[in-house]
Amino acid sequence: MAEIVIDNLRKDYGDFTAVEASSFKVCDGEFFMLLGPSGCGKTTTMRMIAGLEMPTSGKIYIDGEDVSGKPAADRDIAFVFQMFALYPHLNVRNNIIYPLKSEGMPRAQINKKLAEVSKILGIEDILKRPVGGLSGGDRQRVALGRAIVRDPKAFLMDEPLGALDVEFRERMAEELRALHDRMNATTIYVTHDQLEAMQMGDKIVVMNHGVIEQFGAPQIIYDKPATMFVANFIGSPSMNFLRFAGKVSPNDTSVLLGEHTVDVPRQLAAHEGGLVLGIRPEHIILSDDGAYRAEVLASEYLGTNQIITLNTAHGQIKARIRADKTVTTGANVGLKFNSAQITLFEEQSEKAILSELNEGVLEDG
Amino acid sequence: MSNFSVTTPSKRQKWVAGILVTLYALITLMPLVWIIMTGFKSSADSIAYPPKVIFSPSLEGYVNLFTSQTRLTSEQVATTPPPATWYDKLVRSHQMVIVGPSRFGQRFLNSVIIGFGSTFLSVSLGTLAAYAFSRFKVPIKEDLLFFILSTRMMPPIAAAIPIFLMFRELGLSDTKLGMILLYTGVNLSLAVWLLKGFIDEIPFEYEEAALIDGYTRFQAFYKVVLPQAATGIASTAIFCLIFAWNEYAFAVLLTSGNAQTAPPFIPTIIGFGGLDWPAVAAGTTIFLLPIMIFTILLRKHLLRGITFGAVRK
Ligand SMILES: Nc1ncnc2c1ncn2[C@@H]1O[C@H](COP(=O)(O)OP(=O)(O)O)[C@@H](O)[C@H]1O
Ligand SMILES: [Mg+2]
Repeated sequence: MAEIVIDNLRKDYGDFTAVEASSFKVCDGEFFMLLGPSGCGKTTTMRMIAGLEMPTSGKIYIDGEDVSGKPAADRDIAFVFQMFALYPHLNVRNNIIYPLKSEGMPRAQINKKLAEVSKILGIEDILKRPVGGLSGGDRQRVALGRAIVRDPKAFLMDEPLGALDVEFRERMAEELRALHDRMNATTIYVTHDQLEAMQMGDKIVVMNHGVIEQFGAPQIIYDKPATMFVANFIGSPSMNFLRFAGKVSPNDTSVLLGEHTVDVPRQLAAHEGGLVLGIRPEHIILSDDGAYRAEVLASEYLGTNQIITLNTAHGQIKARIRADKTVTTGANVGLKFNSAQITLFEEQSEKAILSELNEGVLEDG
Repeated sequence: MSNFSVTTPSKRQKWVAGILVTLYALITLMPLVWIIMTGFKSSADSIAYPPKVIFSPSLEGYVNLFTSQTRLTSEQVATTPPPATWYDKLVRSHQMVIVGPSRFGQRFLNSVIIGFGSTFLSVSLGTLAAYAFSRFKVPIKEDLLFFILSTRMMPPIAAAIPIFLMFRELGLSDTKLGMILLYTGVNLSLAVWLLKGFIDEIPFEYEEAALIDGYTRFQAFYKVVLPQAATGIASTAIFCLIFAWNEYAFAVLLTSGNAQTAPPFIPTIIGFGGLDWPAVAAGTTIFLLPIMIFTILLRKHLLRGITFGAVRK
């Protein structure tokens, strides 16, 4: 298994830059998520790691070895494609053993590997079937089988569940994660689904417009977003942004939001001008003695909790509160913020301002 | 269920469709049936008027097709030994004797060599070119493709005189190689275009998967692309073969003895007293067989081939 390091990777298509100076590190055995909206350069990044696309500049290291110039065949990694690329003219068995044949592995050993892999994936019964008639889930299993049969250094999966039905996705996602835990293979997994990334990943890279916005464990990315893009992209409903003009200086523990003083984590940098106070819906508390007032616009019942849409002096925000609390539309309520979980952003650059909360997590990205 | 249902035709619709198709089949099959029948008629029956539908079958046409004969005088009849085989007897009943095989076999063989040779070349070159056009960044690709197509915008025979002169200069006149090259040239544009359509439909991911699985680019081409393009290759091959097999004008113009194919040869089979119609018909029948068998064998592919584009996958 392997450690993969991406160093300043860049890919231009003519004038268009699909990936701009990406750097990140995937540790051995990690389940690594590459997350971002459609068109942000995830597939391009993966294809460069796989060797299907040559980077314009930058380096790729697999286990310390610079493989940037090596052809795909020599990198010893497996790729599970966005659309399952099973060979339609071969049956399930031959699809799976196809990579072994290229290595010229002896027949007995091939059969042994095949038995092993088909047992792991639970596809022993369909080995003789043509791949044409298989269900989406089975096709994905076969595609996985072809990837794992080779014991590659790493797996690259490009939205492997993208073509499956919703209910099936969840099951496959669990299967995939379980498979990973059993084999402990370094895996880079591409998705545009933030929930999938949060659920499955050991670590997440968030990309936008070819740029890496942040890189870290799911909880870090969720609680300590480095940019407004990350804060907005992750979580549903996403982080609330209250825009205001003001000033922060090092060691400040509060900011002036309009005429209200709001406590924030101890700040470590200075900024003056447009500021954005970012707070997640679950960190807003409805409290009658709260000084910051808001009008209830709507509530959405979600079983264990409810999402309240509020109109404030700084725009509409959402709060997630317990479902048993009665809230009437139109009511004027007081709000309190869970101060430890507030992130301040510079409005202009959309970057988080360094504070006690996000200290040490911002430099990646 | 609505009256306009597209998926399940009513019983009446099925009947009407069946009758129409049968009628059409009968009309198109008539000439074919007539040719096959004429091949089994005697010379007299073949030109009888009104045409004979019921006749006593004879193998005269086939015997005349394959043999060359000469007429015997009555003295010669007396001195030659009695006929040994059934075809000897048949020929002798017309005061003729077989002096050897006719040139039909050799002409037929020419047709086979030239037809299949040029088909093989067209399809192999076409596949490689189509693959390159489909997969690689070829400079001025669109213009090249248009140029290739434009070679079919006039009937090939319009270039007959330059080709005739070129062939004479190059010593290709009346050679099998010359005819193979010529038919390949004519067919290649069709082959490239048809095959490009098929190869475009094979997702590039298959090859990329093979590359990652440790195969070289060329292995990926012949292990992954070729099997999947089989349908396209088969239907392209049929189109090329049909053209090369049936081609008449160039064959008349450019071949005479050595490389003459069957089409210009068959209508010139002369018996005593004009065209030998049963022999011509017999030759036509035999000439039709290979292409019929080839087409029937590949008909599934062919169907998908002609409907490609309309019905994807
Ligand atoms: N071969 C190519 N030529 C030109 N542009 C490309 C090519 N491949 C991808 N792109 C562009 O690069 C951007 C990133 O694409 P991609 O990596 O596929 O995004 P993602 O997988 O994140 O949806 C897109 O805007 C896409 O249009
Ligand atoms: Mg993609």
